[in-house]
Amino acid sequence: MATKGKPPKPEELSKIDYTPPKRGWMDTPVVFKPGMYCHGTRAKYLEAVGMPNARDWSPAEEDWKLPPEWKEIVLKGIKERLQKYRTFHVFMDICVRCGACADKCHFFLGGGDPKNMPVLRAELLRSVYRKYFTTAGKFFGKAAGARELTEDVLKELWYYYFQCTECRRCSLFCPYGIDQAEITIIGRELLNLLGLNLDWIMGPVANSYRTGNHLGLEPHTIKANIEFMIDDIETITGIRVETTFNRKGAEILFVAPSGDLFGVPGNYVAMGELMLFHEIGLDYTWSTLACEGGNFGFFTSMEMAKKLYYKIYSEAKRLGVKWILGGECGHQWRLMNQYLDTWWGPADFLEEPVSPITGTKFENAKGSKVVHITEFTADLIRHGKLKLDPSRNDHLRVTFHDSCNTSRAMGIFEEPRYIIKNVCNHFYEMPESTIREKTFCCGSGSGLNAGENIELRMRGGFPRANAVKYVKEKFGVNMLANICAIDRAALPTLMDYWNPGVGVCGVHELVGNALVMKGEIERTLDLRGEPLPGKGGTD
Amino acid sequence: MLLKDFLLERKSSLSAKWFERVVETYPSETAKFLKNQKDPFGNPVGSTILQGIDNLFNQIIEDEPDTEKILPLLDSIIRIRAIQDFSASEAVAFIFYIKDIIRQEFERTYTNSNYPAGLREEFSRFEAKVDRLALLSFDIYMRCREKIYELKAQEVKNMTYRLLQQAKLIVESPERSD
Amino acid sequence: MGILFSFSVVVAIILLVIAGVSGAGLNFLFGVIFPYIALLIFIVGVTYRVVQWGSSAVPFRVPTTGGQQTSLPWIKANKIDNPTTSYGVIFRMLFEVLLFRSLFRNTKSELREGPMLVHGSEKLLWLAAIVFHYSFLIILLRHMRFFTVPVPTPIEFLEFIDSFFQVGAPLVYITNFTIVIALLYLLYRRLAMPQIRYISLPSDYFPLFLILAIAITGIIMRYFEKVDIVGVKQITMGLVSFRPVIPDNIGVIFYIHLTLVCTLFAYFPFSKLVHMAGIFLSPTRNLANNNRMVRHVNPWDYPVKVRSYQEYEDEFRDKMKKSGIPVEKE
Repeated sequence: MATKGKPPKPEELSKIDYTPPKRGWMDTPVVFKPGMYCHGTRAKYLEAVGMPNARDWSPAEEDWKLPPEWKEIVLKGIKERLQKYRTFHVFMDICVRCGACADKCHFFLGGGDPKNMPVLRAELLRSVYRKYFTTAGKFFGKAAGARELTEDVLKELWYYYFQCTECRRCSLFCPYGIDQAEITIIGRELLNLLGLNLDWIMGPVANSYRTGNHLGLEPHTIKANIEFMIDDIETITGIRVETTFNRKGAEILFVAPSGDLFGVPGNYVAMGELMLFHEIGLDYTWSTLACEGGNFGFFTSMEMAKKLYYKIYSEAKRLGVKWILGGECGHQWRLMNQYLDTWWGPADFLEEPVSPITGTKFENAKGSKVVHITEFTADLIRHGKLKLDPSRNDHLRVTFHDSCNTSRAMGIFEEPRYIIKNVCNHFYEMPESTIREKTFCCGSGSGLNAGENIELRMRGGFPRANAVKYVKEKFGVNMLANICAIDRAALPTLMDYWNPGVGVCGVHELVGNALVMKGEIERTLDLRGEPLPGKGGTD
Repeated sequence: MLLKDFLLERKSSLSAKWFERVVETYPSETAKFLKNQKDPFGNPVGSTILQGIDNLFNQIIEDEPDTEKILPLLDSIIRIRAIQDFSASEAVAFIFYIKDIIRQEFERTYTNSNYPAGLREEFSRFEAKVDRLALLSFDIYMRCREKIYELKAQEVKNMTYRLLQQAKLIVESPERSD
Repeated sequence: MGILFSFSVVVAIILLVIAGVSGAGLNFLFGVIFPYIALLIFIVGVTYRVVQWGSSAVPFRVPTTGGQQTSLPWIKANKIDNPTTSYGVIFRMLFEVLLFRSLFRNTKSELREGPMLVHGSEKLLWLAAIVFHYSFLIILLRHMRFFTVPVPTPIEFLEFIDSFFQVGAPLVYITNFTIVIALLYLLYRRLAMPQIRYISLPSDYFPLFLILAIAITGIIMRYFEKVDIVGVKQITMGLVSFRPVIPDNIGVIFYIHLTLVCTLFAYFPFSKLVHMAGIFLSPTRNLANNNRMVRHVNPWDYPVKVRSYQEYEDEFRDKMKKSGIPVEKE
């Protein structure tokens, strides 16, 4: 791994000083360390969606095969975005470098690279901005914190802007609300002008464009997979639940992250949802095209994000549904809460969402007509519409991980907790400074959940894992619940490394376990097909 | 007994020095933060290392250190360093620092003339103990690295588990490691 | 290097004034021309910056939410940290601007071990920031007495409060000391904390030294090297009434003080100090989290090429039909 040099001599071993020579950060060139970065995107993905400067390239090579006019492209891109985004413009100007954000980033906390302090990550781009766009920077150069845009600077930007998960934790603590996520988003847009994306991001983007989902699965496979889950549900409950695909005239379109359709443990979330919808007799349908709430376009450029979200409202319109229910997913909800309506609204062809079961009007979604599934389920439970047996989750001691996007770009804290407390008897909170709006990232968000950067992810996830460890030791917590598909993909790995024995689940898996269905057989298996331990004894 | 008393007397200062040496293997901007921020949730790396080193020190001054107790302590520190910017040797070298620190403490306390008889032998036995820890550390380091590779493979499988299952590429029940 | 550079610039300014006033007798330049120029630069510069920011679009409504959203009626929403209305936003901004709420969040709530000192260190940043900014504001307002005849009652009241603990003359203002202490702490913090030192630029040290020099010269003038107050008021009133006069016998220390202030004003629009105006325009703080209720329009929205359902169905129609998924075209 890490720093490959010649091995130290034995007598040196106890005396090595790893402290780097005292140099300013501008004079410290970027070193690409294995495990810290991902593969560069292949040309075919960029070509598939018509993005510029497509070519195969590798970040590890000296030559990134940049187009000759790359510098002009970037500078023009910055200029354009200063006009287009007040966030970017203001955030380039008003930082006072007070350092309040410095120790708020999970990558800095877990890895210790000073350039992962949000303020410095932003300065990487700010220094370029000053050089070319401010009077002081033009005249005073380095004394005003300005520097030339060189290939090394570009590489540094790439390296560190793909070491940010756009979690917005820094933004919460910044006295001016400077949001590194915004700066990272713009920085990545600039890099994408030069074809410098990650393979791990661009693959799902190309797939989503064609098939609607990250893996590129075709419609019949989506259907077969969900039916496969229905078989499993029948084995567990004795009930064959019904569902439909692309059905016109359904009341509700359900959009979940596709990770829940094919992967574990996300899969058990979708099973829980299928069971719930069946039990309450919900008139809903899946769309095989809008089968993905996740949107890796958001980690590429705003334009690409908008393109990939066309399917949501257009499928709702085509199928003639009244409103949209969104599944458990983090950045899906960043987008559904803060972007969807702006991109593709107004959703005047839909109706203001009303729960057909309780009659509750979802006033907070009356404009965009998209309701979060935990809002929907919490309302069901509140009105006593579900028969629940929380003792079926008695073998679990649960804690809840707030996902970055649903926390700091939405604020959905109580809904999932209310559900968990109704379907589980053992729920424990992690320390206050690590949950809700102050939650720590899983370390793998914003398209960084690849394999080749796993060291980065294990570092970035350490502050989260450390808090889980605390409740594991204190309360015997063995299950980490969440409402995000990337969490469900990334946290099992994180837990296996830092806290073996702690599982990961979505909230609706717990709902599915506890849900007492009409006519079900006595449950002996949980949704994972594992035997349910004796019930009721531990409370 | 000479050495043990010597170490017990200076326990907090020696283990503090050990901790500082470990933390100084990080960039200086980071090191100060790791040292000073005492909130275990605001500074997970620093506080984990601090606790690990403290308890490790308590263990190695015992005549017969309990390997069962030592392993998780070493693990807590090495697990972090195994995924940070350290080579294998750098990741485990911190074990040896304690020898150096104690040796310096001897030099500060005794001159050649008043060097207590027997202390030298006890110290060489102590050094052997430390060397044994270092060997254990290599095992732990290797396990961490193997775990990383195993996790990479497992994760890819997880993401498409149901697809593979459906395509009859997987038949066994989901394998959860550990 | 940043520290030394910034410090030298401040010293150079002081030497320049001494040379200019005591040596060359350029009292009019330093006492009248510079203040006018500095004020002009300040007003034009800050206006320009704000207009520039304001002319940048706000394509998306992206507040950072710091509390429970408004959703179901029985769930208590945090209407300030996660506002959905303009009132909520106004409150959030007030807390932010007047109390530095986000900075206050910085405090850690629990500790397992370790001295209290460490625990409080992050609160100190908030405290120093609050003390500095309010001291500065009060001092600035107090100075209004030099520009008004008669001195308005609120200003006199402010002076009264500020010198509350003092008996005797001249009155010692509390803020004179608090601002210096706060500035020294902010400077200390930048120098002593390696990660803060690492991120600090010359443009971070310069305003600290500059304002420190302003405060110190002000204190010297008031308590030690007393200047002719009547003369000073003549100058200041002359400036305000656009009938500038330069009385004799005002000590050079006054000109140093004044020129440093002019430097601050002129430097302001080009520096990070514009955060004062910028905070009001920060979209993560001044927008409501109500996108699902009220549509936000992107002013530069443009059509993008998308893949339509028809194209999708055309590609997969046979497979869809075969697996029983409804299609538009048979």
